[in-house]
Amino acid sequence: MDREPVEALREAAAAGVEYDGLSASLDGETLQVAVEDSTTTVDDRRLDDLPEPFVPYVRNWVYWHETAPQRPAFRAFLRWLERANDGEPSAVPERYDALETGVTRTWGQLLLTARLSEGGRRRYELRHVDDRDVPAGDLQVHGGPNDAETIARHDDRDRYRPLKTAPTLRSGWLFPDLGPDEVLSVVSEFYPATIENWFREREGTLDVTHYREAAERQTGRYRSVSELPSEALEWAADACCVDSQCLKRREWDETADEPLDVPRGDGPFPCREPCSLFVAAAKEWTSLEDEATRTYEIELTPSERDQLEAIVDAVADGRVDEIREADLGDGANRYRARYLRAKRFGDVESPAFQETDRTHGSEEDTSD
Amino acid sequence: MSALVIAAHGSHLNPESSRPAHEHARRIRATGAFDTVQTAFWKEEPHFREALRTVPSDEVYLVPLFISEGYFTEQVIPREFRLEGWTGWDSNGTSAVTATLSAEDTGQTVHYCGPVGTHDAMSDVIVRRAESVTGDPDVGDGVGLAVVGHGTERNENSAKAVTYHADRIRARGRFDEVQALFMDEEPEVDDVTDYFTSTDVVVVPLFIADGYHTQEDIPEDMGLTEDYREGWETPATVEGHRIWYAGAVGTEPLLAEVVAERAADAGATVGDSLDRLRAGDAPVRSA
Repeated sequence: MDREPVEALREAAAAGVEYDGLSASLDGETLQVAVEDSTTTVDDRRLDDLPEPFVPYVRNWVYWHETAPQRPAFRAFLRWLERANDGEPSAVPERYDALETGVTRTWGQLLLTARLSEGGRRRYELRHVDDRDVPAGDLQVHGGPNDAETIARHDDRDRYRPLKTAPTLRSGWLFPDLGPDEVLSVVSEFYPATIENWFREREGTLDVTHYREAAERQTGRYRSVSELPSEALEWAADACCVDSQCLKRREWDETADEPLDVPRGDGPFPCREPCSLFVAAAKEWTSLEDEATRTYEIELTPSERDQLEAIVDAVADGRVDEIREADLGDGANRYRARYLRAKRFGDVESPAFQETDRTHGSEEDTSD
Repeated sequence: MSALVIAAHGSHLNPESSRPAHEHARRIRATGAFDTVQTAFWKEEPHFREALRTVPSDEVYLVPLFISEGYFTEQVIPREFRLEGWTGWDSNGTSAVTATLSAEDTGQTVHYCGPVGTHDAMSDVIVRRAESVTGDPDVGDGVGLAVVGHGTERNENSAKAVTYHADRIRARGRFDEVQALFMDEEPEVDDVTDYFTSTDVVVVPLFIADGYHTQEDIPEDMGLTEDYREGWETPATVEGHRIWYAGAVGTEPLLAEVVAERAADAGATVGDSLDRLRAGDAPVRSA
């Protein structure tokens, strides 16, 4: 772990090193090191003896080969964090300048900042994206993945979050100083398997399971979801999978050849198959879609008709709690809704919705 | 070293459902017996389908945090983890140990272990729960023990696991009386006092997590309380008996030892971690 960097580089140079603009090879016992246009040879020297321009390159190589986790998905994620993209010439000095002040990336509702620390190591800070400009002293400080699991469990109104990638992560916390392994554990606790699936997608090996295939595999109480009509699947994805509801980017469709029209989302990490919450919701909708439509008649003023729409919108958009107590201009205001219920829905003897036509479409002939 | 994956049900509605899985994972993680200890859920994340890819080891011990062999352990988990060639454990309903399979999507070798609920060491966890709920490390003399299970409504093996542990604990002779009781079949937990002559009766529900059954149904059915929301005394007096009732046995810290033992039975090298988990020197409770 803490080997003398030049010694570690010498060992690796036997097989040749080409990394982030650093080249190293062995010529007999002599280590030859090249960066950009400069070359130097190293006999028994330590890192401190190297000419200054070479030092950050060697330290950078040491970090990625000796300190950072070697697991490909994790290494790729940490490099993405500091915008060091594999396969492109990566200017270490510029990157190090940026890392001095901190390189920031967004992962769902997480704001991650990579900074340079002693000996070319990196430290990572993690906070809620909404706390971007909040002074660290105003945030509650946390240390590890167990804390992340606790934070992620409830939203800011203390309601249980069944879906980790719902955009309802509460704010007000800070992981100020994490090492590479720790930051990966914490991110994986907030958003399980997102790094692994993001990496698979980058490598072109993401295993997407489309809805019909996922539904076909269900058994027991979920067996019915294979009967969800295509049109209903669109509505279901619109209800559950858009960015306002889930930060994963939907990569599955009805089938590989039948894409859904609903926007996929813009997030960095993919959704590779309908999740358990979607399948549970699909079960409800499959059952509800079994019912045939009927025609009802209701007497409403135009404003009352608008108000019903406003109430549906407010509930669907999760806006109910934002409507002020005395904002009587909002149709979804509680007093307005109570008034409408008292006026139109309060009489059990005479329901507001009167069924007019039980077999819609064939009634006209017989009603004469 | 290898990885341990703890597979549990989880819930879309009840945050307590996954708590035992998280807590036992932390306890085992603290022993350092495995490179990685990962939780996986049917209803939460990471889902069964995606858990193996989060684990870097080529060799994985997969332990179901379930009470009995049945639909979840025999159909859902093997299917969702994509275990190739799964044909069953060749078990009598309580005797599953392990099956070694390959995961179709990751190529990892998966030692798929029997559920924690049917492991012999689960009897010790039930006894430990009786000790912790009474606060008496020697509890037994003059005391009756009821082990409560769901019953056969969905799965005949569910009742088998309850009876299995009740029989084993009875054979030890520690408690004056030991009785298996069920929620949906005879002998029913509603009539708990009919089955005991001892004044003191410890009731241990053989469930993994606290939820509707252990915190609402069973306390009301036994008459500990009229309304679960108002809570109940421990012990509570019912028809002249003192009923000592706490929640699901799966929340007992010692269950972590059973999880590790399941992996050890399947070939995992766990060093002294079993002793450490038995001694409970890795206390973990999340907020």
